[in-house]
Amino acid sequence: MLTLQFVPYTEIEYLSSVGRIRKLLNITKENRIVLLQGRLRKEEETELIKATMEEIDKDFKGIELSVIYPDKKESDLFRKIKRNFVNMLLGDRQGLTIIGPASVVREIKKDPDKIQLLTEDDTKARKRRKS
Amino acid sequence: MANIFEKFIKTFFKNLFRRKKHIKLGLYGPPNAGKTTLANKICEDWLGESMGKVTNIPHETREIQIKEQISIKSGKKEISFNLVDTPGIATKIDYEDFMKFGLTATKAKKRAKEATKGVIDSIRWLDNMDTVVVVLDATKDPYSQVNITIIGNLEARKIPVLIVANKVDLKKAKIKKVQSAFPQYHVVGISAKYGNNIDEFYEGLFKVVG
Repeated sequence: MLTLQFVPYTEIEYLSSVGRIRKLLNITKENRIVLLQGRLRKEEETELIKATMEEIDKDFKGIELSVIYPDKKESDLFRKIKRNFVNMLLGDRQGLTIIGPASVVREIKKDPDKIQLLTEDDTKARKRRKS
Repeated sequence: MANIFEKFIKTFFKNLFRRKKHIKLGLYGPPNAGKTTLANKICEDWLGESMGKVTNIPHETREIQIKEQISIKSGKKEISFNLVDTPGIATKIDYEDFMKFGLTATKAKKRAKEATKGVIDSIRWLDNMDTVVVVLDATKDPYSQVNITIIGNLEARKIPVLIVANKVDLKKAKIKKVQSAFPQYHVVGISAKYGNNIDEFYEGLFKVVG
């Protein structure tokens, strides 16, 4: 059974970068798939990868990570400035970040508009069908 | 005559005081994209020696490798750099994956531990780079979050980037897909293994370094 946990941006808004990463990793380590409203800062994404690497052991194999983000190509300059200003003040709440434990989520395939979560169960089922 | 003389003097002093560009050039990318193969190709072309071991097992490079004082020339242009080959960046490492390549459990666990440290080192070294070549496997999905995170971080640090779509010798390679994933960057399709389009790569490097 897959468990998805939605994390609204307000839950991480006032946390430090370390606090945000800790919170998201803790949920993932409980074998739940995180659906985070918005996205982490770019440096936080690399920090998340670093923290993940530090915690890999025989039970925790790492994470699968994907960010779905609305197309940045905005023709309206005013809207672009407004969005950047809001992001600066309130954080980037647009889009969706998906973080799954590697033991549950085998792969996240992403085309710009479509996202597919390939789970470990799917992989096993495919192998069974082939044999 | 006076004009020719003036031109000669200008060129003479320009060449005399031209600063040779010396930079730290990093090779970044996911595991098994061909970073060390490209590092070897660059070193063989300009130093006559290779740099690191290449195998088909992921995370072969688990420590930062540096080759100092490489100078490449194209016409009158010259850049001199220290080449930094980094371990592949990944979000997951499972020792059992290495066992599929015939490694014993002990060796696979050791490799996994070294690989996790390698990923951390690669990320730490991002701040030390002056220019980065992001090496992607053109046969794989370019939209992976690791690729996007690496390139996004380089962009945030204002580090010039050249994207290499490697393994164009393979039928499954799709350079256009890599180009459409990163339209704001110069993407060069090469085969580091066989040297296809390597001159185009060097030209791209000159353009990015400026």
